[in-house]
Amino acid sequence: MRIVSILLIVTLAAGLSLVHAQIAVRGDIVYTMNGDPIEDGVVLLNGKIIERVGPANEIAIPDNYTVYKGAVVTPGIIDARSVVGLAGMFNYDHDQDQLELSNPVQPELRAIDAYNPREELIDFLLGLGVTTLHTGHAPGALVSGQTMIVKTGGKYSEAVIDSSKMVVFTLGPRVTSNFSSPGTRSKSIAMLRSEFMKAQEYRQRQNNSDAGTKPARDIKLETLFHVLEGRLTALFSVHTATEIMATLRLADEFGFPFVLAGASEAYLVIDELKESNVPVIIHPTMIRTFGEAQNASFETASKLHDAGISVVFQSGYESYVPKTRVVHYEAAIAVANGLPFEQGLASVTIDSARLLGIDDRVGSLANGKDADVVIFSGDPFEYLTNVELVIVNGEVVKEK
Amino acid sequence: MQKLWMLAVLAVLCGNPVFTDDTLTVFTGANLYPIVSDPIEDGVLIIQGSTIVEIGSANSITIPPDARVIDVSGKVILPGLIDTHSHIGRGDGGDRSAPTHPDVRILDAIDAMSDSFMRARAGGITTVNVMPGSGHLMSGQTVYLKTRHARTIYDMLLCDDVNSDICGGLKMANGTNPIGNPPFPQTRARAAAIVRQLYIQAQEYRDKVKTANGNPEKMPSRNLQMETLIEVLDGKRIVHHHTHRHDDIMTVLRLADEFGFKVVLHHVSEGWKVAEEIAEANIPASIILVDSPGGKLEAVNLIYENGHDLEKAGVDVAFHTDDPITDSRLFLRQAAIGARSGMSKEKALEGLTLAGARMLGMEDRIGSLEKGKDADLVILSSDPFSVYTHIEQTWVDGKVVYDRADPEHYKYAVGGYQVYRTLHHHIHGGGQ
Repeated sequence: MRIVSILLIVTLAAGLSLVHAQIAVRGDIVYTMNGDPIEDGVVLLNGKIIERVGPANEIAIPDNYTVYKGAVVTPGIIDARSVVGLAGMFNYDHDQDQLELSNPVQPELRAIDAYNPREELIDFLLGLGVTTLHTGHAPGALVSGQTMIVKTGGKYSEAVIDSSKMVVFTLGPRVTSNFSSPGTRSKSIAMLRSEFMKAQEYRQRQNNSDAGTKPARDIKLETLFHVLEGRLTALFSVHTATEIMATLRLADEFGFPFVLAGASEAYLVIDELKESNVPVIIHPTMIRTFGEAQNASFETASKLHDAGISVVFQSGYESYVPKTRVVHYEAAIAVANGLPFEQGLASVTIDSARLLGIDDRVGSLANGKDADVVIFSGDPFEYLTNVELVIVNGEVVKEK
Repeated sequence: MQKLWMLAVLAVLCGNPVFTDDTLTVFTGANLYPIVSDPIEDGVLIIQGSTIVEIGSANSITIPPDARVIDVSGKVILPGLIDTHSHIGRGDGGDRSAPTHPDVRILDAIDAMSDSFMRARAGGITTVNVMPGSGHLMSGQTVYLKTRHARTIYDMLLCDDVNSDICGGLKMANGTNPIGNPPFPQTRARAAAIVRQLYIQAQEYRDKVKTANGNPEKMPSRNLQMETLIEVLDGKRIVHHHTHRHDDIMTVLRLADEFGFKVVLHHVSEGWKVAEEIAEANIPASIILVDSPGGKLEAVNLIYENGHDLEKAGVDVAFHTDDPITDSRLFLRQAAIGARSGMSKEKALEGLTLAGARMLGMEDRIGSLEKGKDADLVILSSDPFSVYTHIEQTWVDGKVVYDRADPEHYKYAVGGYQVYRTLHHHIHGGGQ
């Protein structure tokens, strides 16, 4: 009985907080990413959810709603590929959990077991309007581990959107410089083919009805099998055209769903990419042009988009300064180099949400979606624009 | 000579006059940013040879009839940008045999044909302080270069004689980068002690030279390290001092006070914490604004407002790329980030130009659009603070060194397959 009344009080308190979380966000221009931008638009937030979106002259803002006004309103920004939370800002051993080098193939490593929600870089990105991160293990091992999708603000208990989304694969010198084997690209592919075959065989034996012949559970092979059957997406961190083609060959052989990350020579194999229908999480536009990203171009995103290939942005992984990039700053440089503005904005919002399979919750301002909203002082891509307000799950988490 | 004749004939046939070095070139219609005064809308800028000869508003200047007129209506012209700290040119510096190398000159190791200079030209950079790394207390002498198209280092220098002129500054560093195994210091206090001892030695060496008063028998043996440090002690060679943490900054101020050298603080990540002290010491700061804090312990407290806080305290602030830490092609972005977080636009642009010139001791020659100064300029498509603005042309000493309209130059602005071939990864850390 006592438990029941405590529950009742908790429920009432929750109800009260919902009442307090009624917010109207009004912008000179509202980029809903769900139809055309709305001039003098209003977004009504009721609790954690978007209640209504439309022009100010069609929406009466109830008296008890707190009103925030600004120049440009967008959905919360989504970083489609980060390592923040596993990688920390201090860059010393015990805040760098993004890469395990004891073995080149470790798909069983879960991001959520290493993610530090109190990492300062997360709050830093939140202050710049990034409300959702697809983060996890870094490039650098053949298979370095898994990724997760998480909100950067609000209560941590509510922050995780998907605790296991993709498995990170890497090809190229970032792997071969870390291990004696694989020491080459072709050995890398041979090893991956062999591992996938082991996973197929493992699954077949698991399905045997005879309990006596069932193999012991192996979370490594199990995870690889989840990739093969599409429960987890393969995230291939590659740069050169050779690596891209090897990835397409592998995916074709085993038939798993995959996305490319990095892909700085993607402009060399546009036809092949288009045919494979693979989405690309392009490298940060401002990536340093050395090593395997030597041939990166400011125009790659624009060229892929023009060819009809889905392209979104990432902050990626940085081993030094700056410890993280800011995804919409990277998109901005692509927009300045030929990518249409609307596409740039879509790339860091709804298109990233679609790629990550979370567009039912985030990525646009529409009824019933999560109340993640940002007010910018102007064009989100302009150098001089500041973030004025950030709302996550209906809660004001940053206010300038 | 025959070629010139041909050109002249060709020019007459085409109806175009022949332009020589004495021809006046007139830029009309642009919004000019002289830096030393307010922007001039619809301005006129006239250059002759390698020098600016006139600048003013359209209605105040008569355009000479025989001049070559370039209509740049709607564009913006800035003075050539000055990068006070860069690692382009594939240079190196001192080796690991010692933590101090004042005798080492980076000018002996620059690849003048390196495509990294093209990156700087595409970024509007006309003068650059190319520095050895920060893994030493003194990693060597820096070199001030113009980004003229060059076959050898001599085509780029701002000095005449590399053995008798002062062609750059002296790179120094403190904090964690120069820390390492012996003979490198293992602590900050040891680092400061090594530097003090060396400067005291240089003072004594200078006393011996003075006492000798030209008498060769009393002169001490020539010592390249000591000779360089005397130039520093005499205020002729500027110290460019890598420093991040507030207490390391204070150490630089203390050393500068003790030995009286001219110093520019570089990076200065925690400058905002000791802005008053830096201003009080009248020491300039060349800063870099990267997109996030961290990556190394000394940079975890870097904030976007660093420029604003230093400006407010009265510190002379310039920017640098530290290329490849930030990309020379995006140097304008530094000023914009500074302005976004509270710097005045005037000081932010000055930080890309005239403030940098002062920090290299060359404010009489470069850094502003003024009569008599070098004809170094950047033509922009629009507002210098907009991400959508492109650098259309870069001029050094009255010559175009970068033209976005030329496909052979454009490729360096955007990158692509095998455009950049020679960039090496610059490593800042010590001990390696």
